[in-house]
This record gives sequence, C-alpha cells and structure tokens, in this order.
Amino acid sequence: MSLLDISGLSKRYGQQTALDNVDLAVPSRSRTAIVGPSGSGKTTLLRIIAGFETPDSGRVALDGQVLADGPLIAPAHRRGIGYVPQDGALFPHLSVAENIGFGIEAGDAGRGARIAELMDMIELDRSMLTRRPHELSGGQQQRVALARALARRPALMLLDEPFSALDAGLREAVRKSVARVLQQAGITTILVTHDQAEALSFADQVAVLRQGRLAQAGTPHALYWRPRDRDTALFLGDAAVLEAEFRDGFVSCALGRIPTEADARPGTVTIMLRPEQIRLSPAGIGQGEAAACHGEVDEIEFGGSLCAITVVVEANGARQRILVHASSLELPAPGTRVRLDVVGKAHILER
Amino acid sequence: MSVQTPPFPASRALTTQPLPLRRDRQLGAKSLFGLAGLVSLVTLLPLGFIIWITIQTGWETASSLIFRPRVAELLLNTALLEALTLPACIVLAVALAWLTERSDLPGARLWSWLAVAPLAIPAFVHSYAWIGVAPGMHGLFAAMLVSVLAYLPFLYLPVSAQLRRLDPALEDAAASLGLAPWRVFLRVVLPQLRIAICGGSLLIGLHLLAEYGLYAMIRFDTFTTAIVDQFQSSYNGPAANMLAGVLVLSCLGLLALEIVLRGEARYARLGSGAPRPVSLRKLRRATLPALLLPLALAALGLGIPSYALARWLAAGQGAVWQAPELASAFGETLIYAVGGAVVTTLAAVPMAWLSVRAPGRLQRALEGSHYYVGALPGVVVALALVTVTVRIAPLYQSVATVLIAYALMFLPRALVGLRSGIAQVPVELERAAVSLGRRPLLAILSVTLRLAAPGVAACMALVAMGITTELTATLMLAPNGTTTLATQFWSLTSELDYAAAAPYAALMIVLSLPLTALLHAQSRRASGQ
Ligand SMILES: Nc1ncnc2c1ncn2[C@@H]1O[C@H](COP(=O)(O)OP(=O)(O)OP(=O)(O)O)[C@@H](O)[C@H]1O
Ligand SMILES: [Mg+2]
Repeated sequence: MSLLDISGLSKRYGQQTALDNVDLAVPSRSRTAIVGPSGSGKTTLLRIIAGFETPDSGRVALDGQVLADGPLIAPAHRRGIGYVPQDGALFPHLSVAENIGFGIEAGDAGRGARIAELMDMIELDRSMLTRRPHELSGGQQQRVALARALARRPALMLLDEPFSALDAGLREAVRKSVARVLQQAGITTILVTHDQAEALSFADQVAVLRQGRLAQAGTPHALYWRPRDRDTALFLGDAAVLEAEFRDGFVSCALGRIPTEADARPGTVTIMLRPEQIRLSPAGIGQGEAAACHGEVDEIEFGGSLCAITVVVEANGARQRILVHASSLELPAPGTRVRLDVVGKAHILER
Repeated sequence: MSVQTPPFPASRALTTQPLPLRRDRQLGAKSLFGLAGLVSLVTLLPLGFIIWITIQTGWETASSLIFRPRVAELLLNTALLEALTLPACIVLAVALAWLTERSDLPGARLWSWLAVAPLAIPAFVHSYAWIGVAPGMHGLFAAMLVSVLAYLPFLYLPVSAQLRRLDPALEDAAASLGLAPWRVFLRVVLPQLRIAICGGSLLIGLHLLAEYGLYAMIRFDTFTTAIVDQFQSSYNGPAANMLAGVLVLSCLGLLALEIVLRGEARYARLGSGAPRPVSLRKLRRATLPALLLPLALAALGLGIPSYALARWLAAGQGAVWQAPELASAFGETLIYAVGGAVVTTLAAVPMAWLSVRAPGRLQRALEGSHYYVGALPGVVVALALVTVTVRIAPLYQSVATVLIAYALMFLPRALVGLRSGIAQVPVELERAAVSLGRRPLLAILSVTLRLAAPGVAACMALVAMGITTELTATLMLAPNGTTTLATQFWSLTSELDYAAAAPYAALMIVLSLPLTALLHAQSRRASGQ
C-alpha cells in the first residue's frame, strides 16, 4: 500500500517549467530515490511534498490525508514530514542536544531520554551533546540533522542530496548508516540525488526526473536493466546503445546475434547492452572463432578495480565504439585484436 | 546502528482530524504582509494629513495662507540656504576625500576620522558653540557656515568610500590616452562619484529642510522654524499646516531632483580580477597648503565646539553637573531612546523579513512607504500626529505618540540594518524549524531573528542614538514636564543660560560618539577595508 500519492503535479516559475504532470506512488516503509540531472525539478518536488512550495496543479496525499490540491495546501508545520536539506541546516546558535530536541515539546518528560536514544541511533558519542554544530564534522552534522528530523517520529522523511557535501569515502559510510537507521525506524524515505550509483544502491524504488517530467520509475534492477529510453539508460550507467534488426526473439547487431525479451515487431530497433554484459578474450583461440565478433582495443581508461576499455568493432562497413568493463588484472594492450562475447539478453529501447 | 535499540515506531505526528487546506502563498508571508501593511498605513499618516488638511481648509483659505509674502520670504531663505550650502559641501567633501584617500597627505587616517567626527555633535550644539564665540552671529551666511560644518560628513562619507572603491586602472588608461591629471579627475573620476555626491547631497538637503534647533538658535527663518513658532504660538492652526504642506512639497521636490540627477547610469568595474590598490599621488611642495584644508575644517567643525563647550563648562564649574535635572534628563533620554529603538525595530521587522524572503511588487510598494517617511521633517510628522491624536485617538502628549513619531522618523535606519541581518540567515534554517513543527511566525522569531541578533542590536543602537539628539518632534509631542537632554538643553539656551546647558551638550556628544564610529567603520567595510 502506498503511503504517499502524487498525481498530476505541475509547477512553473514564470516561463520555466519545474514540474510537468508528475505521478508517483511511494509505498509504505520503502526507500525511494529521485534522480535526475541538475535543474530537472527534484528539489521542487521535495519542497512541494514538505509544504514549502505551492503546486500549480495536481494532488499530494499522505496516508489518505490530502496535503496539496492545486494551489490549496496544508500548513508545512503540521504535516509531520521530516526534512533534511543538503547542508543539514543545523541551528548554529543551539547545541547538538538542543538541535535534536528542537521538535520535541519542551514539557515532554521523556525529552532527555529521547535525545540520548537518538544519539545512540546515529552512533554519536553522548559527550557531543553539548557541542555546537561548527564543532562537528560534515558527516556528524548530517547525522545530527537526521536525528533532529527523526525526533518527531515522521511518517515520511525527505532527504535532499544530504551526502553531496561529503567526500567520496565518508559519503558511502554515512549513506549506509543513514539507510540503516531509517530501516530500523521503519520510516518511509525519499532521497533526492543526482548521483545514480547512490540512488541505485540506496533505494527500493528509483524515479528518474528529466526536465520536470517523470521519465520512469521502478526498482533499481528494473531501471538499470530495462530502461525505457536511451537517456534513462545512459543516465543510470554506461551502456552500449546499438542499432539492430529484430526477428524471432533475437537481435542482430555489430556484436552478432543476441537473444532478447521477445515482444517487438520485426524490423530495426535500438538495443542497449551494459558493459559488464560483454566479455573480452584474446582473438584466435576459443571455440566457434569464425562465428564470433571481433574488434580492436582502442583506448583503456584505468579505474582501479574495474577498467573501461573502448573496443572498435567493424560491421557492415561502419565502425562502432563499444565500452567494455574488465578487471585490471587482464588488460589487453591498445591495438590488440580481441574477441567479444555477449552474456545475457539485449534490452530493446523505445525510440 | 546499535542493534539493541528497539525499532523506532513510525507514527503520524499529525492529529487524527484532517488538515485544513489553505491558499498560502508563502510561509508566514500573509500575516507579515498584514503587519507591514499596517505599518505602511501609519507611515502614510503624515502625507495623508497634509492632503486632508488642505482639502479641509479649502482652496480660498489655503491659497491665502500659501501665497503671501511671508511664505515667499521663507521659500527664498530655504532656497538660498540649499543653493549656497550644497555646492560648498560638495566641493569641500570631494577635495577632502581626495586628499585623505588619494594623496600622500601626512596623517590621512587621522584626518579622515576628524572629517567624520563633527557628526557626533548635534547640529544645534554646533550653532550653540558659534553663538558662544561670536554672539552677534545670525542670518544667511551664518546659517550656511554652521550647516556646512555640521553636515559635511554626510557627503564626505559616501564620496571617500566611493573614491576608495574606484579602479585606478581607469585613471591610468585615461592618462595613457594623453589626458593631464586634472582632466583625468574631471572626466574620469568625478563622473564616477556622481551617485555618491547625489546621495550625500540629498541627505544634507533634507536635513537643511528639517532642522529646527540650528537655525532657531542663530535666528535664521526656514519653513521648519516658522512652523514650530506658529505651532507654539497658535498651537495647531491652519497656517502651520499649510507651511508644512509647502515643506513636504520641497522635500518631494528634492527627492525627485536627486532621482533625475543621479540618472540611470551605474558605474561598476568591468572585467575580472581584484582591483589593484591605488597608488597615492605625491603632493610634494603642495603638502603644506593641502594640509590647511583638513586643518581648517577640523578647527572650525571640532575646535570651535570643543573650545566653546570647554569654556562654558569651566564657567559653570562643578556646580552645573550637580543639578538634579541633569540626572533625570539623562535617565528620561535613555528610556525614550531604548523604548523608541525597540518600537522602531519591531515596526521594521515585518518589512525587513518580506524584502529578503518575499520580494515582489507588493513588497516594493510597501517598502517605498517605509523609506519615504524617513525623508519627512520631524516637524511634519509631529504636526500630523498632533492632529490625529487630538481629533481621533486621545493620545495627545502621551509617551506612545512620541514613540510612534520616533518610529516613523527612524524607520529607514532600522530597516536597512535589519534587512542585512536577516539576509545573512539561510532560509533553510527557517524551513527546518517549520518542518520540525514550529509555526511559521514562531520559526521566524526563534530562528531567523535570533540569528540576526547582532544586526538587530546594531540597528537598535543606531536608532537609539538618533533619538538621543532628536529635538523638534520631542518638543512638540512630549508630555508636559518631560525633560530629555535635548529639550532641557534647548530650554536652558532659550533662557540664555549657556553655562548650565553645557553639560547637556557634552552628554549628547558622548552618547553620539559610538554612532559616529559605527558610521565610519561601516563606510570602511563597505569598500572592503
Ligand atoms: N524559486 C525559484 N524561482 C524560479 N525558478 C526556480 C525556482 N526554484 C527552482 N526554479 C527552477 O526550476 C527548475 C527546477 O529546479 P530544482 O531546484 O527543482 O532542480 P533540481 O533538480 O533540484 O536541480 P539540482 O540538482 O541542481 O539541485 C530549474 O530550472 C530552476 O531554475
Ligand atoms: Mg536541488
């Protein structure tokens, strides 16, 4: 059952369309990531859900309660929705304890205990309770901001690029611990990010926004392997996008005949292969050498554990550059002829 | 994280009743627009009063009161005063600013402080000092001399700040095009000072129109002195009101003139990179004659008042300090200053927040009314409040009325300070507070204003210091028996007891010193030094 229902949501700023007829359902206790390039309307969507912005049209409902119906909106401070902005926005004049306790009624008897409990949840030492925000590291600030929002026991938590200010190593650690806290608390979460890897690893559901429109929503796996179109495919990761002929459940392309999920009309189609679907091996050994597809290594980009290799394949007189991932242990030299084998099925994109 | 923590139950913080849906343009904006609109209505009182009283009086009576030799004489006096004082101030301020900012004048920093310091001396104390050393002094030229000395800092401050900001590369370019140094100054530097000169001149022009004490003391008649005289003799007659109408027209005329003269031009540095520090022009043999200018101005603007004050203080010996009136006037002044600062700041808060967080057409219109009222002379504000309180609300000669008058006169000061304070608080903090369940107005109070506190304190100090030396409105509106430093000083000098007045002047100067230091520091900071 979905907790948050968004339907037909639109918002314009003057000439600029920020959101265009967005529909989205967020299941209860799930984690949804909203991704999209800069300016695609992610923050606007979050701000409308939180109640800081009025939509032009469309509805937002949380657990049956209508929060926005066109320009009619419910007051933000009574929505019970947690919000963690990009830089945490901790109150600089309050200590960590006062920040966390900001949303708890002052007369609440269990206030101190709750603050301590929340500190445990975000794994910060209780001795930090008296510190001021500027005496915390970036990651600690983010976790305090999360605890502050959790203190209200929100039904829904909104995170707007909360990790983008952190450096790469810390970002992953903080993201994991935040995900765990939210999981434990059983809180439905929406995370906004422009980092597709973050979205895919964090969420149960990923929604891709592009120019204010919802391009596609689904599980990370579905979106990664079965994107609807080329832009979504490339936004979520590297891919080889090729022209192919479809017939009888197979496509024929520069890489040979590849099985695919069946239902398409016979004729020219566009297919997508992820780099990890293509295996490289030295040309001239292996079995079925004559029928196999060959190419020449053009460029190698060293990337630590996984390296990106560009292979040029000639087919029907056209040269195709294809990106392949390979372990850095078995890198071919540039200029080598290699054999390419496709693992799994090709995915047909909408044109 | 810690596994032993029991799962945190997700529960709706909401009540079970459905939430109301409202057409809310912005968080808290609606109620603040209401409050700012209310303040704007009050700011329109003086102008509304003038229009209403003119209609009430009727064209016959009004024209007979306006078109008469006395008004022509006052108009001529005022016009001559403006026409003589402003050019003199401009020339002196530009010369002085150039010497302290662009030449290797010895002790430039000290001279720059001394150029601003006369601001700490209330204008009417300037003329009190001059009367003390030259008792026969009165008439147009006396008025001009004292005005120049008292108000020159209003031009010196912006002009010197602008000179410091100018990119010297432009002057180098002009010189490389073959222009002699003085032509470079006329054709490149002076045009870039236009906005600063216009702004400073407007401020001085408005002060010349509004000042009462300075001119009354040396018996030079302006609209303001005439209105106060009328008011004191015939209370609230149509004659005073019609004079006030002409005075308001003069103010609006000055405002319009400044807009026309300032033009649309904006002088900013094009191109990238930080400007190079200026190279100072060597004065060489001109150093000694050049020193005469700041020396003379300091002697006349600071030396004479100090000498006169010292003499009166010595004449009065210790006894004048022991008058019980002095302590009570000091106390009352402090109470009025603090009360007025609080009221003014509170009145400015809604507008300040809106102009930072909710800019738009309505906000600009409301803000315009907040600013215009500061340009009106205190005497007009006071007349309007007298009429309103006598006829409508029975608050005449009450503390509340005085505080409202202060709020109207010093609203722009408070607004400028508050606005920059609020602009430094990220809007995200306010939103975070709201998402944590604070009502929008409470969020503004407990987060935004709390964090803007240093700015709020500074603007309250500015207002408080303005009130400390306010004379006209206090004289006209304060409850009977009220004695502030300014009014007590005024009544003592009216009785020609100059020695007894001296401690009051000294206290006002001491209380104004921080303001002067603040203004000087601000102009330094504005130009990045
Ligand atoms: N207050 C505003 N006034 C005018 N235009 C706005 C406003 N807020 C957002 N926009 C515009 O709406 C569009 C969507 O903005 P939004 O902030 O939602 O993008 P985003 O997806 O969060 O981008 P980013 O990844 O850069 O944060 C942008 O084109 C932006 O310029
Ligand atoms: Mg954003």
